[in-house]
Amino acid sequence: MNRFIAWVDARFPLTRMLREHLTEYYAPKNFNFFYFFGALALLVLVVQILTGIWLTMHYKPDAELAFGSVEHIMRNVNYGWLIRYMHATGASAFFIIVYLHMFRGLMYGSHRPPRELVWIVGMLIFLVLMGEAFMGYVLPWGQMSYWGAQVIINLFTAIPWIGPDLAEWIRGGFAISDPTLNRLFAFHVVALPIVLILLVGVHLVALHEVGSNNPDGIEIKETKDAQGRPADGIPFHPYYTVKDLFGAVVFLFVAAVIIFYFPTVNGLFLEPENFEPADPLNTPEHIKPVWYFGTFYAILRAVPHKLTGVVLMGLSILLLFLLPWLDRSPARSWRYRPIYKQMLLIFAVSFLVLMYLGSQPPTATYTLLAQVFTVIYFAFFIALPFVSRWERPRPVPDRITGKG
Amino acid sequence: MSADTVDPSRRRFLNWTAGVVGAIGVGYAAVPFIRSMAPSASVEAQATETVDLSKIEPGQRITIQWQGKPVWVIRRTERMVESLDSEELVAQLKDPDSGASEQPDFAENAYRSRDPGVLVMVAICTHLGCIPSYRPEPGGEFWSGAWEGGFFCPCHGSGFDLAGRVLDGSPAPRNLAVPYYEYLSDSRIRIGKPRG
Repeated sequence: MNRFIAWVDARFPLTRMLREHLTEYYAPKNFNFFYFFGALALLVLVVQILTGIWLTMHYKPDAELAFGSVEHIMRNVNYGWLIRYMHATGASAFFIIVYLHMFRGLMYGSHRPPRELVWIVGMLIFLVLMGEAFMGYVLPWGQMSYWGAQVIINLFTAIPWIGPDLAEWIRGGFAISDPTLNRLFAFHVVALPIVLILLVGVHLVALHEVGSNNPDGIEIKETKDAQGRPADGIPFHPYYTVKDLFGAVVFLFVAAVIIFYFPTVNGLFLEPENFEPADPLNTPEHIKPVWYFGTFYAILRAVPHKLTGVVLMGLSILLLFLLPWLDRSPARSWRYRPIYKQMLLIFAVSFLVLMYLGSQPPTATYTLLAQVFTVIYFAFFIALPFVSRWERPRPVPDRITGKG
Repeated sequence: MSADTVDPSRRRFLNWTAGVVGAIGVGYAAVPFIRSMAPSASVEAQATETVDLSKIEPGQRITIQWQGKPVWVIRRTERMVESLDSEELVAQLKDPDSGASEQPDFAENAYRSRDPGVLVMVAICTHLGCIPSYRPEPGGEFWSGAWEGGFFCPCHGSGFDLAGRVLDGSPAPRNLAVPYYEYLSDSRIRIGKPRG
């Protein structure tokens, strides 16, 4: 066995890679609950790819056949219901995990220098994930699939001059129709997964180049022990592989409860309107996105002007890319920045309130509320450069405090 | 030319020309990929649709599919036509003369049609593409001001009058689109321009 590994090592850096990324990758010793979500995202990615491949074996990307083929998967294919519910639950789980993963970054300043690229690549992953989720939602060709696609693709018509032609090119027809479904299928199962896997690889390589941040937001590389290893670091394997394995077991337990007992989560993960076949002549009374797009949809709807609404919705995502540069505090973690902590919590509340409003019908009261919380959402980005400069952080320790 | 002298400016020139020619090549190679996503010949072939007006009652709306899009044909009653001239209504419109909206030249008027009695319109909200509902009767709780009859989009709350002109306070930017159509006889119209 050793001779075989030596033979491989002479031709491919196997042992070196295992050392650099697992057994001699030193991660801070104070990772807490919020550090489960990176590994869980990776687990969900694998589950989505596997269940997705198996769904593709029975699904038909054709406007006449798509809805029926999904019902066929649910009723006739052996364990088809299980594979589809795993894929659908996985999509929502992906967003819960990714939102918590991103929030962790903002709490402890993991996006701050020198980890800007880790954050940027992570944001690109988030964008691709949103595209992937949207396209996947269209494939069952139910009423909500169809009209959701209509609304989202029509966002492009807001672009001056080229908008309407661009939307027609994206649809491949004068309306959402068979060519649209067929190409969204191609993007959902081939193009975007390849991009997603590549970006996840870049995200991890970039992270391992600069090293993981931690809840104290300090550099463990600055204090080394006698062997030249970070004094507050522990090897990722076995310490964190075991911790993440425990997280994975808890996650799979919760996911299994949802998949087996509440697969639609009361219309939240799978909307009831989508169990009706797509009808191009009949718009449902209330078109709403799946819960994870609620925040951005609420911002779009809060603005009574088409182009401004689309621009603000785009900005609400794009501004997140700039956070490493908008935050100018000398300290990273919110533990030493009480005012930043308040700001971030208010931002998180506005994110969640908008998420709720995005799933509700646009009544006058809800629209007004959405406008108020849209202002709060953007105020975070506008105030951050000034407040982070002005706030004097509490003294930051040199070594990890030991609090998880 | 001796082997040990390198002229960096020639090298730079070669690098740049090779790069530019390569980029042009990639640009041309991208054309078939981009064009293949545009509507195909079979989609383009669904260009026209004929409608028999004699089967529509006054005030009734029918919905047909033209190029895969829902299209309304409405026989407007005299009351409906008169409501379009009311000054009160015109004052509430974003684009009363349809200067910024999509229609053939013959429909760039207050009725947005060839004949005031017949309205032909693409039933797609100019905001984000939902199908507005037909609310021909005046009055209604769903609209904040006085409702004179028209179309209301339930998705994002845009209102339109009975000529598809958008009311102030709607997120929709433009009036509903009117397709090209012509009368084949007094009671038959053909929607769309025949191609070829």
